[in-house]
Amino acid sequence: MYTIKGKTTDWELVIGLEVHCQILSNAKVFSGASAAFGAEQNTHVSFIDAGFPGMLPVVNKYCIEQCVKTGMGLNAKINKYSRFDRKNYFYADLPQGYQISQLYHPIVGEGFIEVTTADGTRKIGVERLHLEQDAGKSIHDMSPTKTFIDLNRSGVGLMEIVSKPDMHSPEEAGEYLRHLRAIVRALGTCDGNMDEGSMRCDVNISVRPVGETTLRARAEVKNVNSVRFVMHAIEVEANRQIEVYENGGTIKQETRLYDSENGETRPMRNKENANDYRYFPDPDLLPVVLTDEYIENIRKNLPELPEAKKKRYVEQLGLTEYDASILTADNETAHYFETACQGQDAKKVANWVMGDLFAYLNKECLSISKSPVTAVNLGALVGLIADNTISGKIAKDVFQIMIETGKAPATIVEEQGLKQTTDTGAIEAIIDKVLADNPDKVAEVKAGKDKLKGWFVGQIMKASQGKVNPAMANELLNKKLQ
Amino acid sequence: MTDLVNLKITEALDLLNKGEISSEDLTRAHIEEMAKGRVLNAFITETPELALAQAKESDERRKSGKIGLLEGIPIANKDLYCTKGIRTTAASKILSNFVPPYESTVSQKLKDAGTVMLGKLNTDQFAMGGSTITSYFGATKNPWNLDLVPGGSSGGSAAAVAAGLCMGATGSDTGGSIRQPASFCGVTGIKPTYGRCSRYGIIAFASSLDQAGPMTRSVKDCALMLNAMAGYDAKDSTVANVPVPDFTAALTGDIRGKKIGIPKEYRPDGLNADVAAIWDKGIQYLKDAGAEIVDISLPHTKYALPVYYIVACAEASSNLSRYDGVRYTTRVEGNSLDELYENTRTDGFGDEVVRRILLGTFVLSAGFYDAYYTRAQRVRRLIYNDFIEAFKNVDAILVPAAPTPALTEKALKEMRPVDVYLGDVFTTPASLAGVPAISLPVGLSQNGLPIGLQIIGKHFDENTVFQVAEVLEAQANFDQTPKRVKG
Amino acid sequence: MALNQETIKNLSSLSRLRLPAEREAKILGDLQSILDWVEQLKEVNIDGVEPLVSVTEGTAPMREDVVTDGGLQTELMANAPEQVQGFYVVPKVVE
Repeated sequence: MYTIKGKTTDWELVIGLEVHCQILSNAKVFSGASAAFGAEQNTHVSFIDAGFPGMLPVVNKYCIEQCVKTGMGLNAKINKYSRFDRKNYFYADLPQGYQISQLYHPIVGEGFIEVTTADGTRKIGVERLHLEQDAGKSIHDMSPTKTFIDLNRSGVGLMEIVSKPDMHSPEEAGEYLRHLRAIVRALGTCDGNMDEGSMRCDVNISVRPVGETTLRARAEVKNVNSVRFVMHAIEVEANRQIEVYENGGTIKQETRLYDSENGETRPMRNKENANDYRYFPDPDLLPVVLTDEYIENIRKNLPELPEAKKKRYVEQLGLTEYDASILTADNETAHYFETACQGQDAKKVANWVMGDLFAYLNKECLSISKSPVTAVNLGALVGLIADNTISGKIAKDVFQIMIETGKAPATIVEEQGLKQTTDTGAIEAIIDKVLADNPDKVAEVKAGKDKLKGWFVGQIMKASQGKVNPAMANELLNKKLQ
Repeated sequence: MTDLVNLKITEALDLLNKGEISSEDLTRAHIEEMAKGRVLNAFITETPELALAQAKESDERRKSGKIGLLEGIPIANKDLYCTKGIRTTAASKILSNFVPPYESTVSQKLKDAGTVMLGKLNTDQFAMGGSTITSYFGATKNPWNLDLVPGGSSGGSAAAVAAGLCMGATGSDTGGSIRQPASFCGVTGIKPTYGRCSRYGIIAFASSLDQAGPMTRSVKDCALMLNAMAGYDAKDSTVANVPVPDFTAALTGDIRGKKIGIPKEYRPDGLNADVAAIWDKGIQYLKDAGAEIVDISLPHTKYALPVYYIVACAEASSNLSRYDGVRYTTRVEGNSLDELYENTRTDGFGDEVVRRILLGTFVLSAGFYDAYYTRAQRVRRLIYNDFIEAFKNVDAILVPAAPTPALTEKALKEMRPVDVYLGDVFTTPASLAGVPAISLPVGLSQNGLPIGLQIIGKHFDENTVFQVAEVLEAQANFDQTPKRVKG
Repeated sequence: MALNQETIKNLSSLSRLRLPAEREAKILGDLQSILDWVEQLKEVNIDGVEPLVSVTEGTAPMREDVVTDGGLQTELMANAPEQVQGFYVVPKVVE
């Protein structure tokens, strides 16, 4: 169990996450404006999104479907009856003066995410998933005295996924978030890009002495925008709380902001008034009622989820748990891997993907979708090794050229004449020359110094510029030295 | 020449169809009348140039044979209906400069039906009130007597129709805002079934209650105009996707055997004698026409008013949050965003609006939500059930539209808000239940002021409402025209 | 339920209204009389009665996931009290 050692006692962490996932859809959740990111300010905005007088919301069918799919990914109960409520508060980027959300009847109920850490595999409870609308953006750095408002994001569909206070270490929270991201990506319900803000995380943290069973007051830390920051924010906030307690202070329930630059959390201003949201059912919208048929139809067409995929990689492809979890961490990697695997040995492909390819992509900070080496070409490279066209050593060189040129491995082998020599006569000629050049060493081998055989193979490979099949070279060498 | 401003819509359409008058003639006559009637302060914005242009277009269309349901008829819109390119204020300071870049569905439908728009009509601020004295643009006067209020909130609409400044007008009814001013001004107005007309583009007061409706000088005009306004709209989630019948086809003149309910709860001790007398008269008229009069009970009637104020104010407090000084309202600057909000909203809203926002905020606030808001919604269901039960035995219900004839502005200003709210006592039950209800003038008080009665029908059964109303209208033979106010 | 000055201040603050003292006192009286009047709802037996949210029966109609709106920056800004290059502008907000 993860604990933090204090001056007086050991402390345990209690962590819950509220994750906002922007729904992948063409249009916004209650209007026909585009939900796409990155447009010129206030151009992806309808009069509905800008809260103009007399404007009314009409719910986007696809956003409902996306929530249902995500709920299934969370092993959760899909509520056949859900309804929208208004959450009332004033903010510059909240044009209606309220956010349409679901407090009383969310579309998805309880579920769980299975999370694996060094401590083993645990089910982390999900409390609910509800559908709501995103706010616009306040831009504070364009003027020293003014805040600028862009409503392009206003009204984009959001799934708020609330976990139970089930996590007890930064690692566990980090893994929960990674798994959640993998699920929404696999389902195509959210792109999971935390740096673009399409997935955002608020962290609820409290601490208590090990052994205490009641929950203490928690802090809600907002604006934590990467897995690494979430883990770090938990650590610093937990340590802050422990310090307060150990110095005789108390923690009050409050909202804090995570500051990644200074590595600290601080209380948020302007929040004193915001605690009475006066939720009530939105009279502009009717209940969403789903039929069994509708739900089953979605379930039938659900893409394979990361957990199921991982299981399949282990059971059918013979990968280790670890490799399988890495290759299923996101949709693109899994897709790349499976494409490269076509007709090839999965374990060997996995080694190439997680070895040379990841090394290169990490160095260049590229996502796998931007890889100059396509999945098909990587598969072909593994194929060339398997059918003895090239050696593993030459393959490394070919891979390098594939990175630089994007060419298919067979083309590179052809152009550069890298094809492995399997002609016995040619190989024998090379061996004969090497033996002739080193009569003293030949004598030593014959006198019983078997170790020198390896040195000979090396010389043969060198003389052939690596193009000799090492197994054949070995076999023929042995014959000659008998 | 015929007095064009005294015509009913049906009469004018007849003359237009025969080619005896043009829409331009009709429109010019009303523009003149509108100018003469300025003492009423019925209009917030007059649009005579637009009206003339539209009238000429209508005459052209008529020549080419493209004739809408209300082709060439000059009407006006309550200033709650957003009209593209024409200032729409909700009679408030905060929206006093707002020019909508879009058109409400209902006003668009009226345009599509060939109507000509004369302007935007006065109302209580954000439709909150029953007197049209809370308008930022000044009170509207009752054309029957300038000391009297026209009722409200659609007081501008009622006054303009009564005084012949337009042939018909849109109103909106949340708790009686069409029916009560119709009664005060001696005109006919219907609050259709909730969901019959789209709310898209109509500035919201209380979303679960607001409903658009027409105000005219006859039941048939009302039926005709509602036909042009009603119908499904993909832009409003709460509008019903049901066919709209030809309401005028229901006007058979024959109500023999129809069962008309008379609820005892609408006759409390101390009911105004004039109102009681007109109600009795109305009952007799329907009996004479062959209807069967049935005593019924709507047991939760007395709770409708407090339920209404809780529900309507709760919704209003949220609906009016968008008026914040950032995107389209007036703005009073402040040193911080919160200061800007407070300055803008305190300056921009009138007393009654502030009162209702605060009341609505209270009933939704932590600790009071269940005791007030949820309780009110529960009682609302009981009121709804009362009507469902009653309509198992009757086809329609006849009740007064308002507890008194029109009051003076002076008297109203001296009353406590609670006593003012009592003016909605007969209209709020149908609002809460969402059933259709028409108000039409049936007689005069001893002081010569019009008094209206309501006919309430089943959900989406406006047909019966119109049918009974037309018979009552014929029996009462009420002259809907007040002595015209001349400038 | 007895209201006090503090409640009115809180409600005003939640509603972003700021009432001068004399207006506040008047409103306090008005709201108090309204609340006393609505107390009568306590007489009603509401056991087992579901709250009525909307008289419209049925379920939410839905729109297709198609972009049909937007590109209205000019129209959005036309009524704006303050705007710069298509942004709405408010006093600096400190988070």
